[in-house]
Amino acid sequence: MTGSSGDRRDKAGAKRVQFSSPFLPYLFLAPQLAIIFIFFYWPSAQAIQSSFYLEDPFGFGSTFVGMSNYADVLRSNEYLGIARFTAIFTVLVTFFALSIGLLLAVKADGVIRGNSGYKTLLIWVYAIAPPVAGLIGMMFFDQHIGPIVKLAAWFGLDIKVGLDYFDTAFAMIVVSVWKQIPYNFIFFLSGLQGIPVSVREAAALDCRSGTRRFWTVVLPLLAPTAFFLLIINVTYALFDTFGVIDVMVKDKAANNPITLVYKVYMDGFRGNDLGGSSAQSVILMVVVFVLTIFQFRFIERRVHYN
Amino acid sequence: MFKRISLAAVTFAFSATTSLAATNITWWHGMAGRNGEVINEVAQKFNESQSACALTPVSKGTYEEALASGIAAFRSGEQPNILQVFDAGAATIINAKGAVIPAEDLITKAGYSFDRNAFIDGVRYFYADSEGKFVGMPFNSSAPIMYINDEALKKAGVEAPKTWEDFEAVAPKLKEAGYIPLVQSQLTWQFTENFFSRNNIQFATNNNGYDSVADTELKVTDPNLQMMFEKLKAWKDEGYFAFYGAGWNDNQKVFEEGKAALWIGSSGSFGGLTKTAQMPFSATFLPYWGSIEGAGTNSFIGGAALFAMSGKSDEENKCVADFFQFLTSPEIQYFYHKSTGYVAITKAAYELAQKDGYYKEKPVAEVGIKQLLLPAGEWSKGYRLGFYPQIREIMEREYGRIFSGETTVKDAFETIEKEGNELLARFAKTAG
Repeated sequence: MTGSSGDRRDKAGAKRVQFSSPFLPYLFLAPQLAIIFIFFYWPSAQAIQSSFYLEDPFGFGSTFVGMSNYADVLRSNEYLGIARFTAIFTVLVTFFALSIGLLLAVKADGVIRGNSGYKTLLIWVYAIAPPVAGLIGMMFFDQHIGPIVKLAAWFGLDIKVGLDYFDTAFAMIVVSVWKQIPYNFIFFLSGLQGIPVSVREAAALDCRSGTRRFWTVVLPLLAPTAFFLLIINVTYALFDTFGVIDVMVKDKAANNPITLVYKVYMDGFRGNDLGGSSAQSVILMVVVFVLTIFQFRFIERRVHYN
Repeated sequence: MFKRISLAAVTFAFSATTSLAATNITWWHGMAGRNGEVINEVAQKFNESQSACALTPVSKGTYEEALASGIAAFRSGEQPNILQVFDAGAATIINAKGAVIPAEDLITKAGYSFDRNAFIDGVRYFYADSEGKFVGMPFNSSAPIMYINDEALKKAGVEAPKTWEDFEAVAPKLKEAGYIPLVQSQLTWQFTENFFSRNNIQFATNNNGYDSVADTELKVTDPNLQMMFEKLKAWKDEGYFAFYGAGWNDNQKVFEEGKAALWIGSSGSFGGLTKTAQMPFSATFLPYWGSIEGAGTNSFIGGAALFAMSGKSDEENKCVADFFQFLTSPEIQYFYHKSTGYVAITKAAYELAQKDGYYKEKPVAEVGIKQLLLPAGEWSKGYRLGFYPQIREIMEREYGRIFSGETTVKDAFETIEKEGNELLARFAKTAG
């Protein structure tokens, strides 16, 4: 791996000379930059701009209100409650999706080593669209016909998804985790299979305890994969669970938990409050920005790439 | 032979292109399933009835999605000619001055006469401005009515309640007979908005919001409304009322399966219920409180209206007017009433259905119209409140908390009033 990447660097060095015109590389980059600009920077700038205005939905007039959209949002108890739920939801979904994915990968590593057929079969589960996953989850947790509800009733538990705040939160987390496990599983499995056999054998000679070997040798070697998955999973929990939530609360959050991104949708698209919704999405943008910086500065330091 | 067929094909293609020369208009709506199919049939009937206009209906998902798409399209100048907007979104579109051409202006400009009194009372006011001019053309209209499980009432040996006092008297017997006495499907529409209309109580200041958006405030801390929810909570604790959350079907299902004796649903649910209910059922009016003075007035409509969007050519607007005229004709209204369960919106259509003997065959189909035709009260005409979908959301949340015991009725309504009034004030700023 190290040897080949060294070769590639040499080739790239050789290629650099071929760009005689300084504009050519920019020209090649232009399509990508245009896409980033049109689909990310421009909408972001628009969101920031409209977060300072109160605007009628049809765009006839807008009033500059300064920071008052932000003040309204941050003063609202409901919004803070949703923010609290989002934090808990993100931590739990990320933790369980990563740990169960890792556990399954470690258990499967010895059994299906090199069998790409399994990998294909397992990644199919990930291909389920979030709303479909939500729908399947909803059927399992349905108040009237859900098998999980009936199972819980045997143990004297009364699960009421859509009615009870905690029951709905529980169902949302279970379905979101279930949906993300295959993705983590595949990455962890590939990571495990990337660990050279010689390293494993050397470790096995030095230490007989499999658990200790896992923590001291295997896991540090998996760190780059785990770090990548951490970022992906946090983003997943914050944004991609939208479909699951949408199906579970059926467009009516009522007394059920929702996450911040769903609140942005509710206020902007259902309530037609563009200014308030923009302010919320800017807040969310800042949160993700800070979180990413934090992850790269403090967690990535402990990750060793070879 | 082959030559003749190809000649026919050419003629057909030619006639198809000539019909394309007609003025094309589009209609965005938020109806799916069977109701969406009926809309396509209505459009087809209109296109066959004349040759000047060609109407294309486009389903945009749910009511909320249709409104959101319509707004986004308007902002980029790509708006459809007709947009269907639901009751809770009415204030959004009506307060956006210049987004729509009032239906009445459009129709009179096209040379038709317009008679407000031709419409059923409960329909007439809801999508009109404070002077009574029709801004939206009422289209699919419904009223919240009470469906009755006939077997349950027979078994318990009781009559269907007319008032909530009656209900309190029969509920223990229904429970004893093994039924859930009462379920409902939308607390905001059936037990809040229509509670105000059915009991003739003021919902919001500024004439329920019709007169002005500025300083409009909710009056949901009304003691009578609080009493209704105190009762509902007590009934729930006693086992006389069951609540399955904000989802419409979660509550309807219990009735369909014959487990509940009474269900408050929409008159527009009738068509579907005839297929899903596992027992004979009938229906009656939404109950009111006998103890409230002046109660028992009509309820206003739910459902949606059609709005003619501005920024279109005169020919297209003429076509929209033609279509509105077509839509309100007794025959089409009767067809729509029969195929969907929504009420007929004009008196003429109602009379046609009566004359045809439709209600002898299906008495339940008449209950909604009869309720809309009850004598009107001062506060039974409707409401016009901005950011109302969000206010409904707050209500749903607080009602859920009442039933789970997380809050008291008093605190819940104070929260609704406070948060709702903040939203109304924000809306006044956006529309002002």
